[in-house]
Amino acid sequence: MKTVNVSQITQNIKEMCIEANHYLAPDMDSALKNAADTEKSPLGKQILNQLQDNLQIAGSDMIPICQDTGMAVIFMEIGQDVHFEGGSLEDAINEGVRQGYVEGFLRKSVVKDPLIRENTRDNTPAIIHYEMTTGDNVTITVAPKGFGSENMSRVFMLKPADGIEGVKNAILTAVKDAGPNACPPMVVGVGIGGTFEKCALMAKKALTRPVNQHSDIPYVKEMEEELLDKINRTGIGPGGLGGTTTALAVNINTYPTHIAGLPVAVNICCHVNRHAVRTI
Amino acid sequence: MDKHIKAPLTDEDAKSLKAGDYVYITGTIYTARDAAHLRMYEALDRDEPLPIEMAHNIIYYMGPSPAREGRPIGSAGPTTASRMDKYAPRLLDLGLKGMIGKGKRSEAVKEAIVRNEAVYFAAVGGAGALLSKSITASEVVAYDDLGTEAIRRIEVENFPVIVVIDAAGNNLYETAIEKYKQE
Repeated sequence: MKTVNVSQITQNIKEMCIEANHYLAPDMDSALKNAADTEKSPLGKQILNQLQDNLQIAGSDMIPICQDTGMAVIFMEIGQDVHFEGGSLEDAINEGVRQGYVEGFLRKSVVKDPLIRENTRDNTPAIIHYEMTTGDNVTITVAPKGFGSENMSRVFMLKPADGIEGVKNAILTAVKDAGPNACPPMVVGVGIGGTFEKCALMAKKALTRPVNQHSDIPYVKEMEEELLDKINRTGIGPGGLGGTTTALAVNINTYPTHIAGLPVAVNICCHVNRHAVRTI
Repeated sequence: MDKHIKAPLTDEDAKSLKAGDYVYITGTIYTARDAAHLRMYEALDRDEPLPIEMAHNIIYYMGPSPAREGRPIGSAGPTTASRMDKYAPRLLDLGLKGMIGKGKRSEAVKEAIVRNEAVYFAAVGGAGALLSKSITASEVVAYDDLGTEAIRRIEVENFPVIVVIDAAGNNLYETAIEKYKQE
């Protein structure tokens, strides 16, 4: 049994909100560098070079990489031998987001009610996903999500008869419809199987997997490679202004599903695919 | 082709810009996004004056992150333009000459651009730190209560944009993609 004071959660989440909005994780950083080297379109190359400059300025001058510093999506993997003390865990998480966004000069992009739309002015509440694991570790992933790309995400309730070709078509359709709106080069997170909400959550989680890491399942890995190639042949390119780099990765997660269904969720992320991970 | 233009935008400059031109804007422009557009739209419905002049001006679809001390603005990249499609034709008919954003526009917006000989520019999405370096001053001029969504007058110097839809109705998003498609 390990005891964790929730103030430690607050402090870590605050720092991670600021970190994720100013520095990309090494996997994203090198994928963008490679893209700038291999892009065929001169304008596309120019845009990718600007993104390099942008990352450099963000880190050195502490200006967020993108002004849409996102809604704070937080994955909490909690070992079942952990005991929290010092107050409500959920309050502690939101307090970390509040401190990070207020003290870190991050944009407050959250409205209190989806229809009345009054800004909460501290970017809370976060979107929190809890997952119980074995052991006594707490792993926190902070993934601020911008809405230019979130708005282009989709859930398709396919039929079993649609098969793998139906799944591939659904993913390509979502990417083509997103086009320039999603700030390509994008990262495509996909969830296949489960239920309506499970596939959406898997797609979101897939975005936090490093872009240089494929699925462990051989046929899924093949699908990731094939779809990335197809997406990069659409011509959409950097900024949607034409080119050979439309996506940096397709990350697919799968789960058992019902005999009657084939749910597919496509969560699109822009090139500012932010994730900070810490284990306590 | 690289071009340098001044803002506000003259009729001649707006007409001379072609889809695909790489343009550096210097001068005064305004920011407005979803909530500010809704308020302006409602003001027009009530026959009230708009808080900013439309004629010859450029609206940048942008809501910045807060400025650190000593800086005019925080991160300042474009937001998705299509969310303003409902409001844009009416503002174009009132003389708005340019819009800066990212992403596709509706047919109605394209028609209003052609009808008014205006222009739609894209700035590079997700390059807010870099773009903030071309902004030298920023002041909230209306709807202060909207926070990041308030209308700001900003001074820009060599602000880099690309012409996507020109006054003749050419659309770079459609033509450029065809060039690199390998399906």
